[in-house]
Amino acid sequence: MSLTPTRQPIIPKIKRETIKKLIKKGERIDGRKLDEYRPIEIILNPIPKAEGSAWVKLGNTIVMTGIKLEVGTPYSDRPNEGVLQVHAEFVPLASPTFEPGPPDENAIETARVIDRSLREPRAIRLEDLAIIPGRKVWLVFNDIYLIDYDGNTIDAGMLSSMLALNLAKIPKIVSIEDDNVIIDKTVKESPLPINLNVVTVTVGLLDEIPLVDPLLEEELVIDNKITIAFDEKGRITGIQKAGMKGIRTSVLDEVIDIAFKKANELHELLRKVLSNPENYMKTLI
Amino acid sequence: MKLRILVADRQIVRPGDLLAEIEDSTEHLEERIIPEKHIYIKNKKIYSDTIGLATITDNDVQVIPLEGVYFPKKDDIVIGLVVGVGITNWIIDIRAPYKAILNGSEVIEGFNPIQHDLRDYLDIGEYVLAKITIFDRTRDPVLTIKGKGLGKITEGAIIEVKPSRIARIIGKKGSMLNLLTTKTGCNITVAQNGIIWARCPDNNKLDVLVKAIKRIEEKAHMRGLTEEIRLFLEKELGEKREK
Amino acid sequence: MEKPILIREDGLRHDGRKPDELRPIKMDVGILKNADGSAYVEYGGTKVIAAVYGPREVYPRHLALPDRALIRCRYHMASFSTSDRKSPAPSRREIELSKVIREALEAVVFTELYPRTTIDVFIEVLQADGGTRTAGLTAASLALADAGIPMKDLIAGVAVGKIDGVIVLDIDEVEDEFGEADMPIGYAAGIEEIVLLQLNGVLTREEFNKALELAKRGAEQIYKLMKETLHKKYLKVLSE
Repeated sequence: MSLTPTRQPIIPKIKRETIKKLIKKGERIDGRKLDEYRPIEIILNPIPKAEGSAWVKLGNTIVMTGIKLEVGTPYSDRPNEGVLQVHAEFVPLASPTFEPGPPDENAIETARVIDRSLREPRAIRLEDLAIIPGRKVWLVFNDIYLIDYDGNTIDAGMLSSMLALNLAKIPKIVSIEDDNVIIDKTVKESPLPINLNVVTVTVGLLDEIPLVDPLLEEELVIDNKITIAFDEKGRITGIQKAGMKGIRTSVLDEVIDIAFKKANELHELLRKVLSNPENYMKTLI
Repeated sequence: MKLRILVADRQIVRPGDLLAEIEDSTEHLEERIIPEKHIYIKNKKIYSDTIGLATITDNDVQVIPLEGVYFPKKDDIVIGLVVGVGITNWIIDIRAPYKAILNGSEVIEGFNPIQHDLRDYLDIGEYVLAKITIFDRTRDPVLTIKGKGLGKITEGAIIEVKPSRIARIIGKKGSMLNLLTTKTGCNITVAQNGIIWARCPDNNKLDVLVKAIKRIEEKAHMRGLTEEIRLFLEKELGEKREK
Repeated sequence: MEKPILIREDGLRHDGRKPDELRPIKMDVGILKNADGSAYVEYGGTKVIAAVYGPREVYPRHLALPDRALIRCRYHMASFSTSDRKSPAPSRREIELSKVIREALEAVVFTELYPRTTIDVFIEVLQADGGTRTAGLTAASLALADAGIPMKDLIAGVAVGKIDGVIVLDIDEVEDEFGEADMPIGYAAGIEEIVLLQLNGVLTREEFNKALELAKRGAEQIYKLMKETLHKKYLKVLSE
């Protein structure tokens, strides 16, 4: 059952008013422009035990994605394809308002929006991940960990997922006997087959004013968040409206225009990072 | 404020139905809701916020809801069921989203929680006729039984109806209630929370009264309902007499 | 199952509908005795029932909000609603859809009128044939109106999709499964606000614009039916 959020941190009224006033003037509490992302820091493959991993710091929001590959059985309706599973965990260390337990609706929504945005444009060539068609395929687990929460988990989660997937290497298959596939995880062979990159852009709305990449404090004040996924070709590959107000069509148009522009910037960033990944392979501290 | 009214009196309206346009106001009107009239104003237009009957008086429009739970109001007469007994007060279910409180001192003169056991005076499962003395949405409603006719209900029958139909059961200037009382000879108390207390001369009369009330409840939106109920009562009571 | 032909040579869809045509739609309100408000909605083979309780007291009480009513919403699919039995435990999909439906309802309900209370919305999908969340949203909106809960407007839900390259209205299960895109919307047609919007699939910007327009036109038709349905409940009593 979904409930009106009750465990949200209370923003003092005076701060609320300040945030609103600034946004109406085209400014934000952290000094950004309305259409500006927070600084993005990236660390690639900090977790060698994962087949691929990426740490993304978007302002103060920290997300880590790890890719694990395992051999398993395909879905019955897609017998000749590998399986992609996206999960998100909002662990208690990330925020005083998070509690231990199974993923709540926000974590589930984050994971499912990222999952759909990757799946629909076939960002990963799952058809290349069959080992014994119909029986054994690669299972790709894309696990997103929210480590520090300061708003806009979807965009950070998507960015770290896309990076981790690009870095992921498929373990060596040692032998196949009947349905018994023996792999050696210490030997990583070919990269995961990626068709194209996808990014999401989340735009907040306050009194019909769009603001990109909302901070947690802004998220608690704004009316809506709209997440739009774009692939490298500029196609829309997913949309999710979250929030408790309606949106007029003309405002939605404006949001998509802004998101498209910002998506190009994020794709540019992905290209830059992935063309020289070694520059970003550092230890966490 | 001059209105151009777009609905007919007693027309059934639904949430989001446009009722009127504000014609002469030049100032910008903030979007706002007027809950007691069941309307809201947006962009110089007046809309209904519920399913109900449009009611037009002079240069004004409002909606009498046809559905909805009872929402407490100060000074409303209500009939409540005792559902809890504490050390110093009773908890009363008045069919509202909030439980009501009746303090021991309301019922027992010189009330002393050490001396008096509240259950000796009013027990769980009993009805009280009471008046709401305090309610402001931030606190639970507080009841009093100090007043003429108020107190524990010890006889008669209780009939529950949709709270939204109470206005119709009373009728314009009490016309429907008068009709029910004179025709059946029952002593009828109508509480705002949709509970009716009837004391009737005999069970036949009570049966007919219950049927009539259910009919009013169902057809609350009908024009000429008082006349229909008059005919109904005459027919039912007449037939019973013949038998 | 092989991908069937979704758009036939004559330009019609696999069930004979035109691209901009809704399935046969049926609806009724006040169908349950216990609930404060209820509704039944059918979009073709999709059958959904919704019940509303409230505003009522919140249990446990610490969940109550001091300045407004809580809305609690559960979208749930009956285990027999799908070809393969669905586990009755709530899936991740149902948890997400409960959230987006709740948020759509929050956009129209005047929750500030009922502080410290809850308005509970229960949606049960009895048979799933595409568009269950949108039919569920339509049913929930009707049930709220039937419960007399003050709100800005009714919400009509409908899904548009892209199948074999064509943008179509009110996709069913087959079109959802084999099509290129599924875009459910919730539209408060009176105040012209989009209250639910998701896209599962790939669309160009132009296709998105076209799909949104088509969805709004479809939702307007459903919205009209909803208003008639609420009216009819009272006319029926009079004619008896």
